[in-house]
Amino acid sequence: MIGAGWQLQALFVALAIYAGAALAAVFLPRRRLGLVYAASAAAASLAVVAEISAFFGEVVLKEHLPVGLPGVGLHIRLDGLSAFFGFIVNVGVLMTSIYGAGIKRDDLSKRIEPLYPAFCGAMNAVLLADDAYGFLFFWELMSLSSWALVVSRHDDPESRKAGYVYLVMAAGGTMALLFAFGGLAGASGGYAFDTMRASHLTPLVSALVLGAALIGAGSKAGIMPLHAWLPLAHPAAPSHVSALMSGVMTKVAIYALIRVVFDLLGDPQWWWSLPFILLGATSAVGALLYAVQDQDLKRLLAYSTIENVGIIFAGLGLAIAFKSSNIPPAAGIALAAALIHALNHSWFKSLLFLGAGAVLHATGTKQLDRLGGLIHRMPKTSAFWLIGALAISALPPLNGFVSEWLLFQAVLTGPVFPEPILQFLSPVLGAMLALAAGLAAACFVRAFGTVFLGRPRSPEAATAHEAPFAQTLAIGLLALLCILGGLLGGLTAFALNPLLVEYAGAAAAINTQTGPTPFSLIAFDQGRAIYDAPTIAFFVAVSSFTTMAAIHLFATKKTRRSPAWDCGFPDPSPATQYTASSYSQPLRRVYGGVVYSATETVDMPPPGSLREGHFRIRFSDYLWRFLYVMPANALWAISERFDLIHYLTIRRYLVLMFSTLIVLLVITATFM
Amino acid sequence: MPATIQSFVAQGAQMFFVLAIAPAVTGITRKVKARLMRRRGPSIFQPYRDLLKLVRKDSVLAPNATWFFRSAPYMIFAFTWVAAALVPTLASGLMFNWAADVVALVALIGAARALLALAAMDAGTAFGGIGSSREMMIASLAEPASLLVALTIAFAAGTTRLPEVAQFLIAQPLEIRVSFALAFVALVIVALAENARIPVDNPATHLELTMVHEAMVLEYSGRHLAMIEAAGHLKLTLYISLIICLFLPFGMAPFDGTAGAWAIGIGSYLAKLGLAAVALGVWEVSIAKMRVFRVSEFLGGAFTFAFLAILLEFLSREVQR
Repeated sequence: MIGAGWQLQALFVALAIYAGAALAAVFLPRRRLGLVYAASAAAASLAVVAEISAFFGEVVLKEHLPVGLPGVGLHIRLDGLSAFFGFIVNVGVLMTSIYGAGIKRDDLSKRIEPLYPAFCGAMNAVLLADDAYGFLFFWELMSLSSWALVVSRHDDPESRKAGYVYLVMAAGGTMALLFAFGGLAGASGGYAFDTMRASHLTPLVSALVLGAALIGAGSKAGIMPLHAWLPLAHPAAPSHVSALMSGVMTKVAIYALIRVVFDLLGDPQWWWSLPFILLGATSAVGALLYAVQDQDLKRLLAYSTIENVGIIFAGLGLAIAFKSSNIPPAAGIALAAALIHALNHSWFKSLLFLGAGAVLHATGTKQLDRLGGLIHRMPKTSAFWLIGALAISALPPLNGFVSEWLLFQAVLTGPVFPEPILQFLSPVLGAMLALAAGLAAACFVRAFGTVFLGRPRSPEAATAHEAPFAQTLAIGLLALLCILGGLLGGLTAFALNPLLVEYAGAAAAINTQTGPTPFSLIAFDQGRAIYDAPTIAFFVAVSSFTTMAAIHLFATKKTRRSPAWDCGFPDPSPATQYTASSYSQPLRRVYGGVVYSATETVDMPPPGSLREGHFRIRFSDYLWRFLYVMPANALWAISERFDLIHYLTIRRYLVLMFSTLIVLLVITATFM
Repeated sequence: MPATIQSFVAQGAQMFFVLAIAPAVTGITRKVKARLMRRRGPSIFQPYRDLLKLVRKDSVLAPNATWFFRSAPYMIFAFTWVAAALVPTLASGLMFNWAADVVALVALIGAARALLALAAMDAGTAFGGIGSSREMMIASLAEPASLLVALTIAFAAGTTRLPEVAQFLIAQPLEIRVSFALAFVALVIVALAENARIPVDNPATHLELTMVHEAMVLEYSGRHLAMIEAAGHLKLTLYISLIICLFLPFGMAPFDGTAGAWAIGIGSYLAKLGLAAVALGVWEVSIAKMRVFRVSEFLGGAFTFAFLAILLEFLSREVQR
């Protein structure tokens, strides 16, 4: 019964389940809406199995369906790259669906449940599309369904603003992708990706396609300076949708970039790497500087997504640079870093967003300064969130460090570049990535410390409750994935080898078979760089447990409780704790003056006065002001000028038409 | 397989050797400081006695302290210990040196630091937050600087594995390279900051609004404090060993070396360690502590030096070969 190519059929079934669930959700009564998540989880599981099988079987399956544009139809293709990203998407969907099953249905449900499977299905379909029309259709479906989910709470003005910015950016992005595919198709207009692969473009057209793809897919992925919608829209959506948008949809955008740049566009030029490296390094550090200041738990996570996308971009940029300089092993390692980081980020970012959702549900707030002490009332969520926070800070032996390590190995190969610019840029990139690693740790120590540790800063936080079982299960499974991904990072990298050979031209730059243990992650060769997470984890675990056991056995394990010392002046009010804003003050003093001209004004009453003191912090977001608000205002001003055209007399309209005709005739006469 | 057993024993010996000598390094520094201030000062073995005393005392926990607060000291200790054991000290090529390269080493130290900064916030006091927030500010500059230093040396040696780096440096002719000199300065600054030494932090102070490390561990007592103190001793030894390994590895025994080579290895390592501890003491009495917000400039300097070092190393590749 199961023949060759069953994987693609299984994916079609999964897509059908997603579509069916979306349709059924429109008609189901509210109390039955949980079925949508059951169906989505089933579809995602089926798809994960099919994609794993397709990936390891190294199959390339094609299908041509007679729907879509007349004469073109719909080309479908499942290859290693789409299977890998499909795995990312469907594992994410599986986890958010388990989480979603634990959500209480309320008035909003009817606006969320029909769109959720549509969104999941659209992301899956984008990965399978093998022609420009199908790709853009599903891409737009993905954008619109997620947009509708963002504005599900449309009575909230912030949600509306987020939705508006997202809609504008998404439309602009799709437009840019349309140009990219137009350039790839060329004059002959072959929509199918196969035709595009075969065609040869002039350098100018390739450059334009690259630029358009960077704008189109980059804005979806959230690379700076096209990130503006992300910190607005991702937090506005329901938490499990936020997790999908941040953890998974950004990866679909990364997939689009890899598909266009590494696959369709042909042999890379060395300078193609420049925008990737520059934008990636800027995003990695820039976004974190916003994240360490932010007061909103979910917005902070959205900023951190921009940072991680920056790291993925840096990896892709290095891969392009090495590939074009004909150094395949280093290209393989850089591409592996990018792909593994995409996988890792989808896990820990989903975990963190789902955890934030649990916190939001338990306390009704996502303001850091109103939370605190949740480790007492939400022990499971806290423990899992801690793992996610440590993983995203790239700390060993968790998964975030694997990709970070690979990326540094790639950076270290930088001096072999023939171009001086790249030689110069690689240590700069190394410095920026190192800075980002330090800032990420600060950002997530601050977030975990203020939300989960300490004492509750508001009554809501003091009376919080643990999330339902389904939600802690989803978060816990993701935490498990973060741990396993860290310990088995070497195997993941090794499994990626076929993809690396195909897209970077590297054969076995990453090896696990020759190392001291089967889990060792080896870059280049064993004598050069090696990292073995299980051994380190084993040593840390053994030494901490034996130390603890020895002390408990031979010394004492007695513990007493008594009021906190706090230098002799403990204060019962939780307001005397450090808050999130005070936590970030040193960082603001160090970095903030330059980056967002943070100014602090202190209004201190004179001694003896009973007046309240005031402390204000002002930020300015230069990117938002100069790249978004000012052009928008300019556009507005221009369109107001042209508004005149709506109020002319009939004679003037006739003159306008006539003069247009004359101009067109002159143009035709001159150029044809 | 006797070779495996031998290397296993050697690795174990190194682990316990580092643990055993670490408190003495702190003791020497304290003694030197005291003598220079014309005090007699405690014996250099006082840190051992302190640890023993703390381990045997009850641990007093704040009402709000959780399982994280109680387990963090052991994890911090373990991360630091494993990191310290991974730096080649006496001899290169030990059994588990391969498990983590220099990038992983920096990250292991980072893991210990993140756990400590989190534990500081658990009790929900003002001082814990102060220490934690300042520590992460300092780390946000110190960690990238140390990573860049590590990458500079690793690049020169063509490998990120510490034993190979040390071997490479031993084989080099004795000469001063500008990039190494810059990296050395950067790493020394980072080591001062990471170990909470003057001018970044004052290890001898309490009850002072300028403190960083001591503010974080203020709520700890008994065996938990002992673990954190021991981790602090280990970290100081680790950084001195790292500086020795990256810049002055001369005398280090190859793993299959003779007994004579091992004797030289142990002797030279102990001598260098002792010298560094004395130098640290002299440095600490001859300089004043900085204001907290001047620290960023000091560490920014380290970051700049490290960046210049890696830039020089990358760009001067053609000249060297």
